[in-house]
Amino acid sequence: MLTALRCVIRRDLLLAMRRRSDVATALLFFVIVVSLFPLGVGPEPNLLREIAPGVIWVAALLASMLSLSRLFAADFADGTLEQMILSATPLGAIVAAKVVAHWLVSGLPLVLIAPVLALQFDLAQPLLPVLTVSLLLGTPVLSLIGAIGAALTLGVRGSGVLLSLLVLPLYVPVLIMGAGAVEAAAVGLDNAGHLLLLAAFLVGAAAFAPWAISAALRISME
Amino acid sequence: MLEAIDLECVRGERTLFSGLNFALRGGELMRVAGANGSGKTSLLRIVCGLLFPEQGSVRWRGENVRTLREEYGKELVYVGHSNAVKDDLTAAENVTVSCTLSGMEPDRDRVHEALHGIGLAGCEGLPARALSQGQRRRVALARLLLCGHAPLWVLDEPFAALDAQAIERVQALISAHVARGAAVVYTSHQEARLPATHTINLAGAASDR
Repeated sequence: MLTALRCVIRRDLLLAMRRRSDVATALLFFVIVVSLFPLGVGPEPNLLREIAPGVIWVAALLASMLSLSRLFAADFADGTLEQMILSATPLGAIVAAKVVAHWLVSGLPLVLIAPVLALQFDLAQPLLPVLTVSLLLGTPVLSLIGAIGAALTLGVRGSGVLLSLLVLPLYVPVLIMGAGAVEAAAVGLDNAGHLLLLAAFLVGAAAFAPWAISAALRISME
Repeated sequence: MLEAIDLECVRGERTLFSGLNFALRGGELMRVAGANGSGKTSLLRIVCGLLFPEQGSVRWRGENVRTLREEYGKELVYVGHSNAVKDDLTAAENVTVSCTLSGMEPDRDRVHEALHGIGLAGCEGLPARALSQGQRRRVALARLLLCGHAPLWVLDEPFAALDAQAIERVQALISAHVARGAAVVYTSHQEARLPATHTINLAGAASDR
């Protein structure tokens, strides 16, 4: 089973490497959206410092939405998804591997570049690790929840918009806790609660999402 | 081993077939025939457990295939209508991935050997994008050379897009697999020279020969 999971992760990373433009699009989108805010609201440092966590988190939500619709669509179109459902490995494990690969390609780069972007907002130095940790815990949850939406909207016409309507409301708790962790640290409050809740979301999503995704995929294949 | 009981399939508003029964033992070959749109692919997808029949059930060694899931996946090789070949991967990578999903751990040499055997020598390192339709079909079928142990093959139009030589090669593979005691279900428009033990004609009622 582990061989199959390694193979799926390797395959998806390989495909992403050979289609680098798809990966770059989401990352550049993130960079541009975050950069638009200082230009739009003006160079008032206190205001920028205050809105920084929220802006970066909202941009991360939108950027992670961008690549979601591609998560299963290509495999669905060329018949690979059928083979995955009929595989000797449980479908839940295969989709978990796919989500891991998706996060490595579209979530991890956001986490790594966020501290650099935060400098535009003059976010205090001690807050940068907090922002990174909150994104590190939060973006995998976004991938897991988003994958459920992607599986449900597979093969539906206009699935891109439907996917956003379906998934964005579910992202709200992650957004509140993620941005809240940084804001709490900014005013000197204890933010352990926020981060622990984010970790709890991650554990919960990792446990239940693969099951929901595989059920949704089976329905989509009918 | 494989048993279908009172299958009914409805797509859209149309009933494609109903009251379909068959039983297939090891060492038997079943051909599903019928015009376009008569439900051949649907029947094969039901047999694999991808599609839920309106009525009836498919049983593998006495158990419903919908509850067996990956246990069934270990014993089944399904080559569908679509090739499941990724454009951005090379022929060898495609075969490796599809075999690994079937629960095998093929090494490089065996994959190359299989591609050689299906007539794709020299194409191992080419991206599938550069291959012709028939060659892509061969990549999908190369798995048959590596998954010889699976006791059930379900092949949807295996001969589509293949040239005469390749058709002969695949027919030989199927005969050899049946002789080994496995069950094979396939659809084909061509009047194949394979001696099928069962033929189902979906134009009307099922017939058993």
